[in-house]
Amino acid sequence: MNQEEQVQLLGLWGSPFSKRVEMVLKLKGISYEYIEEDVYVKKSHLLLNYNPIHKKVPVLVHQGRSIAESLVIVEYIEDTWKTNYPMLPHDPYERSMARFWAKYVDDKVMLTLWKACWGPESVREKMVEEACEGLKYLEEELGDKQFFGGETIGFVDIAADFIAYWFGIAQEASGVMIMTAEAFPRLQRWSRNFVGNNIIKEVLPPKEKLMALFKAQFGNNAA
Amino acid sequence: MANEVILLDFWPSMFGMRTRIALREKGVEFEYRDEDLWNKSPLLLETNPVHKKVPVLIHNSKPVCESTIQVQYIDEVWSDKNPILPSDPYQRAQARFWVDFIDEKMYDAQRKVWGTKGEEQETGKKEFIELLKTLESELGDKTYFGGDDFGYVDIGLIGFYSWFHAYEKYGNLNIESECPKLIAWAKTCMQRESVAKSLPDSEKVIEFVTEIRKKFMIE
Repeated sequence: MNQEEQVQLLGLWGSPFSKRVEMVLKLKGISYEYIEEDVYVKKSHLLLNYNPIHKKVPVLVHQGRSIAESLVIVEYIEDTWKTNYPMLPHDPYERSMARFWAKYVDDKVMLTLWKACWGPESVREKMVEEACEGLKYLEEELGDKQFFGGETIGFVDIAADFIAYWFGIAQEASGVMIMTAEAFPRLQRWSRNFVGNNIIKEVLPPKEKLMALFKAQFGNNAA
Repeated sequence: MANEVILLDFWPSMFGMRTRIALREKGVEFEYRDEDLWNKSPLLLETNPVHKKVPVLIHNSKPVCESTIQVQYIDEVWSDKNPILPSDPYQRAQARFWVDFIDEKMYDAQRKVWGTKGEEQETGKKEFIELLKTLESELGDKTYFGGDDFGYVDIGLIGFYSWFHAYEKYGNLNIESECPKLIAWAKTCMQRESVAKSLPDSEKVIEFVTEIRKKFMIE
């Protein structure tokens, strides 16, 4: 592969944001060089150079230029490698719906789920209530589809990777059970389908490692 | 097929302004409906049940929510004139990155400038000016954020300009002295009919902010 085509991904092993990009690269069959950034220990010169504004991962480097923010990167990959495995629908209205749900997950749902697991006791009940409300909207949107994208994994599924995998582990580690099979049967089914996908499962970080990380960093508030 | 476009909006909303500008850039006829945010219409609650916010764009009875998503939608549907997003994938990604940055940081920062007092306000003012300077640095010597053509990032930011006099009044700021290039950019944007028609008068915004402060802030 020549220098022009080279794709590099600066990522973090446990980050759902970083993994979103890896999932899309793998689904589209794009080769890339992965560079692990231990952002909590020390940010490399490479990272600070490629993402001076936020100093965060993931960052995609393609043809010597960098792109930051996971969903911006996913849309970039979609715009650049058009033929394999489309992540977004063709129809402009359907596209706007996909972007809406991805943004909802990204801006609102992920944070409320996290706070419900690890937030202080005093606001726990309110956070759980908010988390359930968010999940209810997603449960309804999913409906009887196999994935949010329909028959194949799409933009919303990728955006919601935290819900499919990390959230289950966070619930187990914190002891706060929210996304139960009784309350959210469709999301549970979707989560199993997503995590069970041959390409996705290769990308996911090991459960034990995440469990240990969550307990170590946030375990003070475990129920 | 006839195009029926309705925009549920609130006249001082910098987010609603984005959608108004995009529609006007494309020459799309639309029906503007101003919402009373303290008494939301059944149509608003029905078309945006998740957030219950404006703006909502209703195109042939189908609602699109979130201003940045609406602007992209408008660009994709009315693709025959005045492109809003660049065609090059890398330039598109940069445009999306900066609008994302604006969305993440601007609203909270500007709110602190006119809506808080004392130390909170001082911190807010510093943050706000720093943000504007970052954006000004990104603009550089270009006419618009995207270069020679008015586009997505300009649309993402310009609405806040109609609030600048309110920030200056209540935040005791002089934005032009801090960010002269940004003010020059804003004035260039205001030359466009789509922008001039879509932004409210600064004085009206000041009146609005004064009202809000009376209602929600303890003097």
